[in-house]
Amino acid sequence: MNEAQRLVDLIPRLRRYARALVGDRATADDLVQDTLERAWAKLHLYRRGTDLRAWLFTVMHNVHVNRVRASRPTDTLEEEMPELAQRAAQGDALLVRDLDRGIACLPPEQRAVLLLVTLEEMSYEQVARTLGIPIGTVMSRLSRAREKLRALMQGQPVAAKLKVVK
Amino acid sequence: MSEPRSDISEADLQAYADGELPESLRADVAAWLASHPEDAERIEAYRRIAEDLRSTYHSVLEEPVPERLRRTVRRAGTRRAAMIAGWMIVGAALGAIAGWQIHSLQPSAAATGDAAAGLPRRAAVAHATYSPEVRHPVEVGADQEAHLVSWLSKRLGTQLRAPKLESVGYTLVGGRLLPGENGPVAHFMYQCNRGTRVTLYVRNDVASNRSTAFRYSREGNVDVFYWVDSKVGYAVSSGDISKDYLLNVANAAYQQLNPP
Repeated sequence: MNEAQRLVDLIPRLRRYARALVGDRATADDLVQDTLERAWAKLHLYRRGTDLRAWLFTVMHNVHVNRVRASRPTDTLEEEMPELAQRAAQGDALLVRDLDRGIACLPPEQRAVLLLVTLEEMSYEQVARTLGIPIGTVMSRLSRAREKLRALMQGQPVAAKLKVVK
Repeated sequence: MSEPRSDISEADLQAYADGELPESLRADVAAWLASHPEDAERIEAYRRIAEDLRSTYHSVLEEPVPERLRRTVRRAGTRRAAMIAGWMIVGAALGAIAGWQIHSLQPSAAATGDAAAGLPRRAAVAHATYSPEVRHPVEVGADQEAHLVSWLSKRLGTQLRAPKLESVGYTLVGGRLLPGENGPVAHFMYQCNRGTRVTLYVRNDVASNRSTAFRYSREGNVDVFYWVDSKVGYAVSSGDISKDYLLNVANAAYQQLNPP
């Protein structure tokens, strides 16, 4: 079946995005698996001839939001805060240079926009359609995500910065 | 020769970093960056972050795809093929017994005890009943759309939406509540500027909790496209326009009512 092959062909891209989105490999592949299952169940809603990649990323986004909602009711950002604060208390240099960790520090909705624009190289309009948000929101989230990440990579005080931006 | 623009926005800078800025503005932003080193440095940092992200995660693309993920697609594909084969067998059996021609891959809804049984018939009857009405086509008009939608949503016990069909030439006239097989049904009416009408029939009592693909049925002189998403059954009907055009309208409704 044609669509099956196209789905299989897109798996590496789904995995790459999922890895950057959730961090560890096993959780990322679980997300991809749930996405593929849901995509199959909903394939009759996919309109032939339109962008299958964008549609799949929409499915993945919805699956991810549901999983996050189900597994941890608190905001990711809130959860990351104590650890960062603790580092400060220990008198650590409070530098977050690792990109992986930097991304993990972004609020989920900003992370999604940044990754779709940079990793998937989607246009702002494609991102807006994929995530179901206005294009202006795409741009403002992108801008905030980048500024935060830049500050993190430069080793500026993270906790203070996060509070300001939030 | 015009002066370089001085009203470069943050959005312009971001778009510049992503190559999303229209050609006509690129030179202006480049000129701005040349005279604003702080911004230039910042935009350069954004570009570097994008590059770092791509190179950090590039290796994932080259990893072999885990077998369990491939299996997910294959397994689902097999299930789907088995389902279609099942329909064909039931259809063939029915055809043999009744001596009918098999019109399509899928036999009629009622024959298979399908989730959508009775939906196109009931939708067609509702269409034929209300669409010729001149003075009272609807109970609540489109001028009170928000009220209409929240009222029908409440009665059906699920959040409804009246799709926007302007892109295919139809505007909402209004809607009404109808009695269905097992409970209330929502009925929305649309009209084009030549006066042809299309109705959308929505019920929330489909017994089997199963989704179906988009389907077509001809009921008397009414054409009906219908589908089921979980418990909610939708049918788009018309007797005035060609089947092809109605398909357009139904597709527009379908896309809005069933986002992936």
